[in-house]
Amino acid sequence: MTATPILRLRGIDKSFGAVQVLHDVSFDVHPGEVTALVGDNGAGKSTLVKCIGGIHPFDGGEYWFENEQVQVHSPRDAAAMGVEIVYQDLALCDNLDIVQNMFLGREKRRGLVLDDATMEEMAAQTLEGLSVRTVKSIRQQVSSLSGGQRQTVAIAKAVLWNSKVVILDEPTAALGVAQTAQVLELVRRLADNGLAVVLISHNMNDVFAVSDRIAALYLGRMAAQVSTSDVTHSQIVELITSGRSGDLGLAHSNGATA
Amino acid sequence: MTAAVAPEKPELPRGPGTSKKNGAAGTASMRSVARNYVDRVRGGELGALPAVLGLIVLCVFFAALRPVFLSELNFANLLTQGAGSIAIAMGLVFVLLLGEIDLSAGYASGVCAAVLAILLTDHGWPWYGAAGAAILTGTVIGLLLGVLVAKIGIPSFVVTLAAFLGFQGIVLMLLKEGTNISIRDQTILAVANNNLSPALGWVLLAVSVGAYAAIQLRQNRNRRRRGLATAPFTLLAVRIGGLAVLGAIAVHLLNQERSRNVIVDSLKGVPIVVPVIAVLLVAGTFLLQRTSFGLHIYAVGGNAEAARRAGINVAAIRISAFVICSSLAAVGGIIAASRGNSVDPNTGGSNVLLLAVGAAVIGGTSLFGGRGRVVDAVLGGMVVAVIQNGMGLMGYSSGVKYAVTGSVLLVAAGVDALSRRRAVQR
Ligand SMILES: Nc1ncnc2c1ncn2[C@@H]1O[C@H](COP(=O)(O)OP(=O)(O)O)[C@@H](O)[C@H]1O
Ligand SMILES: [Mg+2]
Repeated sequence: MTATPILRLRGIDKSFGAVQVLHDVSFDVHPGEVTALVGDNGAGKSTLVKCIGGIHPFDGGEYWFENEQVQVHSPRDAAAMGVEIVYQDLALCDNLDIVQNMFLGREKRRGLVLDDATMEEMAAQTLEGLSVRTVKSIRQQVSSLSGGQRQTVAIAKAVLWNSKVVILDEPTAALGVAQTAQVLELVRRLADNGLAVVLISHNMNDVFAVSDRIAALYLGRMAAQVSTSDVTHSQIVELITSGRSGDLGLAHSNGATA
Repeated sequence: MTAAVAPEKPELPRGPGTSKKNGAAGTASMRSVARNYVDRVRGGELGALPAVLGLIVLCVFFAALRPVFLSELNFANLLTQGAGSIAIAMGLVFVLLLGEIDLSAGYASGVCAAVLAILLTDHGWPWYGAAGAAILTGTVIGLLLGVLVAKIGIPSFVVTLAAFLGFQGIVLMLLKEGTNISIRDQTILAVANNNLSPALGWVLLAVSVGAYAAIQLRQNRNRRRRGLATAPFTLLAVRIGGLAVLGAIAVHLLNQERSRNVIVDSLKGVPIVVPVIAVLLVAGTFLLQRTSFGLHIYAVGGNAEAARRAGINVAAIRISAFVICSSLAAVGGIIAASRGNSVDPNTGGSNVLLLAVGAAVIGGTSLFGGRGRVVDAVLGGMVVAVIQNGMGLMGYSSGVKYAVTGSVLLVAAGVDALSRRRAVQR
């Protein structure tokens, strides 16, 4: 496996008011690999991802990107480094069309004026590249799309930017069987193209099908980060539900190992 | 310049296309364009349809009952009557797009008109200095409102309700407890009282139609060359032709002599407020439809959290919408001052705000944010002006006019709420 992680978190803490959601979390993401991030509901997966994406500030800890320690204060900072996130609540504007959503905040312009033709071309190419053929027109409003189509738009938005790290928060949760397979295939393809991909999922079959590594969060602590080939389904399930599995996982009451 | 009566064609969101492969090719047929439009209307995106239909029905109705409604004089009156609140309504569109409201826009226009009158009449400033100061006053007002809403987080309803009362007081103080300041500056008076020469009216129309056609055709050619979906040529022809024909009818009518006594003074030509409103319409439409800033206004109104995650400075967008709103209110105040030949404590007061909000909503701008266009203010403003004017001709009292206009606003808001529900249910 690849030697150096592109994104490295160390000792991350995060609280919302009095509630501490993340405790001393370490997390590595490698280029060319799919890292699955698993954990029970409320374990803190989405919070971790939002912190990586600059939506929430970390309370403490280190954020390393390409061997440099960085400060990410806003979504723009994360995007500038090449970190793109497909949020669980997709964060699309219903009243805008597909192209407008894909380029939101980073519109192509000619002088003052929006360069619609270029944006439309790029959006069409990206969707083409993802083998997406289900949308009728890329100029249709997002409010008229189905759940799977919206997911596709959100993913296309993330890969449009030659990003280096793409993080997908439960991208298949609302999808049917065929669409899920498509999205997973897409996830694998992104990693094979050299991107670092993080996939959050509750489905163990999906996780084992596409991931190279698995990171398990348990009650806001990183229980273990392991190679997918070194573990079994049941070990991961144990890590998710109790934070331990044999010699893997958290030492008893507090503090992380592994 | 004839934008006030511009045809409302099925507007496709810039890239009309229904081709199979992600819309990335070919010219859509007229048929599919029409089908798309019908689909969208069914789906709750009514756009300007209710306002256009309402305008037609109202005009036919009043024309049948009071033939004088159709006279050239009345047509010109209608335009100058509506202009002030249309300018205010244009500004309100920006705020409404965010899902906010500005209840103080009427009195803000009053404050700015008072500033204008005092500088012009009491201090002898030149018209451009006084008008500039009035608009700057509007800008500062908008900045204040915007900061209170976007930075402090007070609901816009409360901020602008407080400002509504506050500005009313400021107008009274500026006008020394209710004196009336008359405007004698010829340039300011000309805005709402004078007309373009008939020839200039034609020239401006020709230039407008020519520019519109050039932009549309160039855009279409550019898209075709790049292999992107394009609107059918027929649709372009209908749009350009429609603008030309309706514009020509309007200019022709307005160029007729409408003075009762020609020897004393001749009265003909397009009122100067018409090109003024047209310039605001084009500028506002350009800003909203063709720039990143405009797109971000829609984005914040549609889903503020998504906008934030896209790296958009949501607070800055909110503040600038209020700045635009109050600045345009100032323009509305200048038009009102010109039309009234004076400024008094009622300028911008009584029903001005209600008519302006009514204009925007009747025109199709949603009260829930995210949907609306500057042209809505013009179309809705014409509906409101026709109701006021037509009922006046029929001899109804102000009381009845208010009640009817209020009901129309309520109906428009109801249509807005229902069409939104329909869009959500899909
Ligand atoms: N904005 C927020 N404010 C307060 N608490 C939050 C917020 N976001 C998440 N939480 C809490 O943090 C915990 C982790 O949530 P989340 O990261 O969404 O978990 P997961 O995605 O793993 O299911 C939950 O207990 C949740 O209630
Ligand atoms: Mg989650």
